[in-house]
Amino acid sequence: MPFSLLKYGLSSEYPAEVDLPAPKELKDSYDVVIIGGGGHGLATAYYLAKYHGVTNVAVLEKAYLGGGNTARNTAVIRSNYLTSEGVRFYTESVKLFKALSNEFDFNIMYSERGQLTLAHTDATVRAFRQRAEVNKHFGGRTEMIDRQQIRELVPTLNLDPGHLPVLAGLWHIDGATARHDAVAWGYAKQAAKRGVEIHQLTEVQDFVVEHGRVTAVKTNRGTVKCGCAVQAIAGYSSLLMNKLGIRAPIHSYPLQAMVTQPFKPFLDPLVSSSALHCYVQQTGRGEVVIGGGSDPYPLYNTRSTLELKEGLLAHAIEMFPFLANAKLMRQWAGITDMTPDYSPIMGLSPLENYYLDAGWGTWGFKATPICGKTMAELVASGGKVPELIRPFALERFSRFRQVNEMGATAASH
Amino acid sequence: MTAFNRLPAPMGLLIDRDRPLAFSFDGKAYQGLQGDSIASALLANGRWLMSRSFKYHRPRGPLSLAGQDANTLVQLPDEPNALADMQALAEGLEVGGQNFAGSLDSDRDALLGHFSRFMPVGFYYRSFYKPQGIWKVWEPIIRKKAGLGVLNLKFQPEYHDKAFLFVDVAVVGAGPAGLSAALHAANTGAKVLLVEQQPYLGGALAWARFDLEGVRAGALRERLVEAVEQHPNIRILKEATCNAWFVDNFLPVIQGTRLYKVRARECIVATGAFDQPVVFRNNDLPGIMLTSAAQRLMKLYAVKPGNRAVVLTGNDDGYLAALDLHEAGVAVAAVIDLRDAPADGLLVTALQTRGIPHLPGHTVYEALHAKGMRHVSGVDVRRIVGEGQVASDAQRIDCDLLCMSAGYMPVYQLLCQAGGKLAYDDDQAAFSLSGLPRRLDVAGSVNGRYALDNVLLDGARAAGGATGRLGLGGSAEAIFAAEPRVNFDWPIFPHPDGKDFVDFDEDLQVRDIVNATRHGYRDVQLVKRFSTVGMGPSQGRHSALPTARLVARATGRSVSETGVTTARPPFVAEKLAHVAGRGFDPYRQTPMHQRHLEAGAKMMPAGVWQRPAYYGKAEERERCMQEEALHVRQKVGLIDVSTLGGLDVRGPDAAELLERLYTFAFAKQPVGRSRYALMTNEHGVVIDDGVCARFAPNHFYVTATTSGVDRLYQQMLKWNAQWRLDVDVTNVTAALAAVNLAGPDSRKVLQTLCNDLDLSAEAFPYLGVRQGTVVGIPARLLRVGFVGELGYEIHVPARYGEALWDALMAAGRAFDIRPFGVESQRLLRLEKGHVIIGQDTDGMTHPAEIDMGWAIARSKPFFVGKRSVQILEAQPLARKLVGFSLPKGASKPLEGHLVLDGDAISGSVTSCEYSRTLERIIGLAYVGSGQSAPGSHIPIRVEGGEVVQATVVELPFFDPHNQRQEL
Repeated sequence: MPFSLLKYGLSSEYPAEVDLPAPKELKDSYDVVIIGGGGHGLATAYYLAKYHGVTNVAVLEKAYLGGGNTARNTAVIRSNYLTSEGVRFYTESVKLFKALSNEFDFNIMYSERGQLTLAHTDATVRAFRQRAEVNKHFGGRTEMIDRQQIRELVPTLNLDPGHLPVLAGLWHIDGATARHDAVAWGYAKQAAKRGVEIHQLTEVQDFVVEHGRVTAVKTNRGTVKCGCAVQAIAGYSSLLMNKLGIRAPIHSYPLQAMVTQPFKPFLDPLVSSSALHCYVQQTGRGEVVIGGGSDPYPLYNTRSTLELKEGLLAHAIEMFPFLANAKLMRQWAGITDMTPDYSPIMGLSPLENYYLDAGWGTWGFKATPICGKTMAELVASGGKVPELIRPFALERFSRFRQVNEMGATAASH
Repeated sequence: MTAFNRLPAPMGLLIDRDRPLAFSFDGKAYQGLQGDSIASALLANGRWLMSRSFKYHRPRGPLSLAGQDANTLVQLPDEPNALADMQALAEGLEVGGQNFAGSLDSDRDALLGHFSRFMPVGFYYRSFYKPQGIWKVWEPIIRKKAGLGVLNLKFQPEYHDKAFLFVDVAVVGAGPAGLSAALHAANTGAKVLLVEQQPYLGGALAWARFDLEGVRAGALRERLVEAVEQHPNIRILKEATCNAWFVDNFLPVIQGTRLYKVRARECIVATGAFDQPVVFRNNDLPGIMLTSAAQRLMKLYAVKPGNRAVVLTGNDDGYLAALDLHEAGVAVAAVIDLRDAPADGLLVTALQTRGIPHLPGHTVYEALHAKGMRHVSGVDVRRIVGEGQVASDAQRIDCDLLCMSAGYMPVYQLLCQAGGKLAYDDDQAAFSLSGLPRRLDVAGSVNGRYALDNVLLDGARAAGGATGRLGLGGSAEAIFAAEPRVNFDWPIFPHPDGKDFVDFDEDLQVRDIVNATRHGYRDVQLVKRFSTVGMGPSQGRHSALPTARLVARATGRSVSETGVTTARPPFVAEKLAHVAGRGFDPYRQTPMHQRHLEAGAKMMPAGVWQRPAYYGKAEERERCMQEEALHVRQKVGLIDVSTLGGLDVRGPDAAELLERLYTFAFAKQPVGRSRYALMTNEHGVVIDDGVCARFAPNHFYVTATTSGVDRLYQQMLKWNAQWRLDVDVTNVTAALAAVNLAGPDSRKVLQTLCNDLDLSAEAFPYLGVRQGTVVGIPARLLRVGFVGELGYEIHVPARYGEALWDALMAAGRAFDIRPFGVESQRLLRLEKGHVIIGQDTDGMTHPAEIDMGWAIARSKPFFVGKRSVQILEAQPLARKLVGFSLPKGASKPLEGHLVLDGDAISGSVTSCEYSRTLERIIGLAYVGSGQSAPGSHIPIRVEGGEVVQATVVELPFFDPHNQRQEL
């Protein structure tokens, strides 16, 4: 029993440390208004306060804290992308993740399980080799492994599913998972400690724009003036941008996932196959999380469907036949803002003091720390874009400078 | 073996007393009866402890006896987390406990319960991370403790299937409301499907008591069930679970090994209500069950639930249950009413005449037990003096059974999946539903109707509404009698020593919920996520209501404002096999597949197709490939290219469609000629290529990449419709078989088989296309040059594919013909510097990067991607695809290896192979714009980190003036 728990048992009064402060009135004005109280918005607020001394900040969340895609994603952390820009960015994120529990004084249960992606075609083998090489180039731990090595790593995996025998695997040792909610709470707790205000049930519905600047946001609780504003929402990114007349190359698709009842541990790594459109991992609680690609049509609705579940589970059983007898407990969905190149949109907007953190598709959670850190830098500097996120500017689409991560995203998230 | 111990008939609706079944639990032998569930059989044997709780490993016994709690999760040989109260008993069944250390009866982990003070809500967020990295040590330990049952990793999937049903009205739940609804709907002529989760019809009529005399339910049930079973318009699915509601009344119903996918024009949900536990200390002991569970046990299984019972109730139903217990020979030590008096005063008289003590305005404050906590042994009863507060003077009542019910929670799961909203009615202290979609209605207790007459009427009302909308007559008009309220508004009695469980699945006590809000998790969703309340196997069935009440009070809001967490599919946990059913993985073979196997081909997947990679053993890949390639260069070879996409484009606007879709010009293309066709998307990215062969002014035959053709076909149809062109497009990929006969001797081979075409270079030149016959088979012949030799692509109807292959192989024998595979073809085309779309291009490649500027007709007014291509061409090139070579014997780069430029990555190798023809290593790679001039040296990092210096060379590597293909 760790000592840190002794106080709970030995105190006569329960030492209820406040993680998330109680609601209070909105002020008239803030230096920075962050729209969206998910991981990204809260991280931005935290790093603004921590590194830049900017604390007159309000995070406005339309529902409850971390209740959007922060709550709905399947908590994959990895950096084995394809482009130099992508790998550099996500590698920094992984580094920050590793230290978060101690930085927060709040256990996010960062668990380095490793991520195994399966290749069933020689085209995938080629792409994997390139990803492994790019990763190694930037100091990541990623290897191509053969069938025998896969068998040793995940003895329960069926290496000959359907007509798609596994040819090789991409073994990403840095692949990890963490308790996604805790990441949001940890940021909220530490941001609030530094004076950031977090307002839940506060929806930004419109803006006041004067001379090319956002001077205030209109919410369901009244209008709030701001020195600048950061958009850090998911699922409806393009709709919010539209309110400011910004066109975004984003299409929003539902993404579904599901979880079984808890079982005793049998699987350590995160295993995914893009040919089978399926990934499988076992959480610390023992539940098996199963997910795949987005729904095939754009929609603003987080309903679950039977069709997707049928296809996904058929493939999960092909990968792990014994899961046929496991029982599914819950199915849910989130809305993913997909960009044409499967990379995010970060940085400046056509409005002088409005900053974008959008288009996170299925890869937002793993970027939470580095995204918050670089966005904070951007905001604090008054619009000087950090080198790490420069490739992800909105204008890349009109300048034909996309950062193509299509092949490295798919069902792996 | 325990003595046979059952109540006399008519108790035991489900059991067959003449058919005993032997089974074992936790290694001990027991006997049950046909019709028993595992749980009822164990209880008949006096065995109550069936599981250990998730966190504190407390002993647990049945709570709902209806599959609605996690207390009866047991381990079957191939199935963890089986519900003992739903799983039918079978002869020889081996049942085990799960989640314990040592044995189920004496679980060493039960010690954890004593340390619960040190494991406050969310304790794992507050510890196990100092020093950094220590979680790595703790996690495996905690993971082992978490989890419930054990999956049999050797288990192989068994047969499951699916069926479709289409009905007018689906009624979910065959209790009195569902039976009434089904009958009324069926009587108007509607086709009705009645879905019941239990193995019997009638719901509560089968086990609950609705009147003092205890006669009404049985008689009513008999009448309704008979009418329903004999009705020609009603199809009944028993032991079937409607496990979700998907848009437009699309209902997955699981029965046995089958998943029915039901489309119902109208759906009536009559799923009833769950008994709600009372929260007090030790409310989880074996021997404490929901009142309805005790009644089920007696009526359905003829098992006497105890010898001395206490009934704790928040409504009048508890009194009626006490009468049931009394009549079954159970001594009822007290009826404790949380209220000050029952709604029906006659109930008090009924207790008095039977000598049953009555304690209104009281509650159980703590359940007592002997050492080992194996079973409840008594209760500490106190007077209620305020919301959740009790007097300090206690009275102790001994008992071995405690029946509890604070009221009911509607079984709202399907309805919330359909978008229904829950609102808390303070008057009734209950949730009610609103906001349901069209053609979905509710009836019975799920709709807040509890009095039997109201329930029946509500079923009729819902049926009337449904049949009215179906045009069969009927209306949803009904006038209901007033009802007493069935819910006690604050059945929560916190104890300073805790173990007052709100959530049995997750071992969460009152203080855990309250403390979660004190940590700042005030929204009920955050409470759930932080404390895990409602996240266990029973998904909040018993914890949602008390949690909502506790959170509301702790945060100073109303229960309505607090709400409950979202109910998501499925309703009950479902096996993956039920949903997955049959997979569908299309798998295609060409007409010549057998010939390839006979020739010893090593097959490889190409999209959904299987193709020969080369002819020989896997370990001889290099030799086979090189020999096959060399053979094509020197003599003649034959490759099956049936998988190549083929589209017939016909009509007056055929050329116009191709003009707009492809980058090249086709309007003036002569009949009898083919042209290379490159396609870009709106972003200017190269997405496909092929050949357009013009066989007539209004007829093009267009080839496409194997993996791209289906998408291309869709695109053609889309644009054809969008542009309103007069074109007919047919995907003939699978209708035609095709080969490429290539090599210097190919004309000689073909000449022996082709007598209606002049094959001479003058009459049938390079890029010419002809229609004729080959050994009498109608064929389309294309002179193309993918491998860079004289050659003919021959496309014939698929049914002649094998005959064509055989004829060519036979005719070629004189010229030493041999078949070659995809890998050899890749080498041959690499020698010619031809790109493969998808291998040498990626999702960003535009024509200038691969030197395809020549394939763009710039004078055309439009083609898809034209604007983007123009913009891209005006920008400086960031990278370029070039040919490179390395001397024989150098470390060979693999496809995917990186090209470096100083410290930066400038590109990667897309194709690379040793060429025996050229006697050096050749390849294609993207390089930085400064590295692309022929003669440049490019560093490539190969396997093991070694860097080799390759030389950029002009393409093609072989036959630079392309003379061989034009012979």
